Amino acid sequence: MIRLEKRSQPSREWSIATPILAVLITIIVGAMLFSAIGKPPFEAIRTIFWDPLFGEFAFYYRPQLLIKAAPLVLIAIGLSLGFRAGVWNIGAEGQYIIGALSGAGVGLAFYPIEGLYILPLMVLAGAFGGWLWAMIPGLLKVKFGTNEILVSLMLVYVAEQLLASMSLGLLKNPEGFGFPGSRNLQQYPSAHNAELIAGTGMHLGVVAALIAVIFAYILLTRHRLGFHIRLAGEAQRAARFAGVEPNRLILFCLGISGALAGLAGLFEVAGPAGQVSIDFNVGYGFTAIIVAFLGRLHPVGILLAGALMALTYIGGDIAQSNLGLPSAAIQVFQGMLLFFLLALDLLTNFRIKFGKSEVA
Amino acid sequence: MKISNLLTGVTMTLALSTGAMADPTKVGFVYVGPVGDGGWTYEHNQGRLAVEEKFGDDVETVFVESVAEGPDAERVMTQMALEGADLIFTTSFGYMDQTINVAKKFPNVKFEHATGYKRADNVSTYSARFYQGRAVQGHIAGNLTESNIIGYIASFPIPEVIRGINSAYIHAKKANPDVEFKIIWAYTWFDPAKEADAAKALIEQGADVILQHTDSTAPQAAAQNAGDVYTFGQASDMIEYAPNPRVSSIIDNWSPYYIARTQAVIDGTWASVDTWDGISTGMVKIGEITDAVPADVKAEALAMIENMRTGDYHPFTGPLKKQDGSDWLADGETADDGTLAGMSFYVEGLTDTIPE
Repeated sequence: MIRLEKRSQPSREWSIATPILAVLITIIVGAMLFSAIGKPPFEAIRTIFWDPLFGEFAFYYRPQLLIKAAPLVLIAIGLSLGFRAGVWNIGAEGQYIIGALSGAGVGLAFYPIEGLYILPLMVLAGAFGGWLWAMIPGLLKVKFGTNEILVSLMLVYVAEQLLASMSLGLLKNPEGFGFPGSRNLQQYPSAHNAELIAGTGMHLGVVAALIAVIFAYILLTRHRLGFHIRLAGEAQRAARFAGVEPNRLILFCLGISGALAGLAGLFEVAGPAGQVSIDFNVGYGFTAIIVAFLGRLHPVGILLAGALMALTYIGGDIAQSNLGLPSAAIQVFQGMLLFFLLALDLLTNFRIKFGKSEVA
Repeated sequence: MKISNLLTGVTMTLALSTGAMADPTKVGFVYVGPVGDGGWTYEHNQGRLAVEEKFGDDVETVFVESVAEGPDAERVMTQMALEGADLIFTTSFGYMDQTINVAKKFPNVKFEHATGYKRADNVSTYSARFYQGRAVQGHIAGNLTESNIIGYIASFPIPEVIRGINSAYIHAKKANPDVEFKIIWAYTWFDPAKEADAAKALIEQGADVILQHTDSTAPQAAAQNAGDVYTFGQASDMIEYAPNPRVSSIIDNWSPYYIARTQAVIDGTWASVDTWDGISTGMVKIGEITDAVPADVKAEALAMIENMRTGDYHPFTGPLKKQDGSDWLADGETADDGTLAGMSFYVEGLTDTIPE
């Protein structure tokens, strides 16, 4: 007979061990999945995890890892603060879009003037756009008690419609022969979020993500506000006694996650993506939720988790092309990662006991 | 001197030919959707399979599906080029700038971008004249409708889609002067749920023929449930809904083009071109017109297809006016490709406004 016994305190050892264990189990079960569909399992795993880092063309993939991981980490850091406090912003994808639209809009408004002040203004506009979009669920929750999960999620679809409208209307490239999509900001030097050192993939978004990790770490471990965030999530009554104002905390958490998502969108649209287009958003806002939990809502964990997710994306695409793995198999593989992590979470909060159950 | 020259020539030829034998031509395909979407990407993948079948061991193909437009696409193209691809087909309009970027870095790799307008020494563009198929659909639809209301599920207000609406409307109107188009913008290329909703809404508004510029079979299913509603297959034949509601279809047939371009790379004759082919080369195929269509209408449709194949008929032939009443084409004048490629206006008679 196997029983589960609740731990009085979540186990520290297990909370560190479970992500590693989850990755290992995913690799094993993933290998079984790949061999079941007739692909070489070891080669597939090697292609996904090894080749982007140490393979023949690693010189190209390593910078790509930064480009892919940066928006994930930047968004996930913001989300994790809210998640810790019990504020559930599920709409980062929408804030990411609005951030990109506001930032790109500012940049395009200056076209073709060149000036060093343009990119900083775009960065501010991007953060402001994301913040503003997140304030909608925030204020509705504070004033009317609406559910921020639903409102923030629904606003993603509103943002997508706005994105389509902007790509087809206001921000459409006037020299684009009537096709949708804005001018390419990569060809507008003052607005281009270029690589700081060519060939390294290191653009402002990557720097911002690293700074966000450090700030979040300091906030959570050294700052009163960080203490309040943790307290609100773990013990609401205690938080109230400690003088935490729930409404201010809600607005802060949604605001900071919105602003960071907006920044991520701006850095993406002004850099790697280059233009506002109908399909600009590719789900970073949703994947970041996975990254946040995979990283145990801890800033350093999120950094590692973002890198790992980026690795599976890039390695997954290589495996598709080189081994003919279907993209659905890669997605299952990525899904397994979260599944096993959540399943193993049980071990953090519960102890498994073997033997007869005692009389109740 | 002469002999040594000759010998060098021979060894070089040998080296080249053995090189060619040991190393098959590698062709990469970047897809925007899954190969099982039953529409756009499915047909591009059929083209890839046709290349494999035609060249056998001389050609190796690779593909990556569901590649998001943006940095992901750029990475996937770069990866294919790094891994030795000689020719890469990028099959979505949204890959345009990425294709140009990557092509700059790999001047020896040839690129083919579908539906775009930016070319380079090693970047060709290709697209199909689907508006020819739309003309046939319009003619059949105008004849079939009894409510005189034709529904149109449009995807995005881009020239490609607007051209299709115009072409269908011109020919429906010619067949039936009382016809009216109701257009719903779905803002998607492939979303069965949204497409089904759009189809139902159009049917409720009285449409008894539905045209679609989206790729799923959801509108066909909705029409089947409603009964007495006709539809046309889009991108793929969608023959599983024949003979009714699906009465015909427009099929994207990329195989001949993909085979020809691969052959050109093998022969070393590849050059950057802008291809816009239609019924004449088989890039656009009209799926079987079923018996749900009256025999005389079917005969007229077939004659129209034949005339477009031979080039005797152009779907945009004057006299035609723009929606605002201004003159566009004089009597007998045909539209030039430039205007068609960037078409952003409706023809006279359409009541919808192009959204922004």
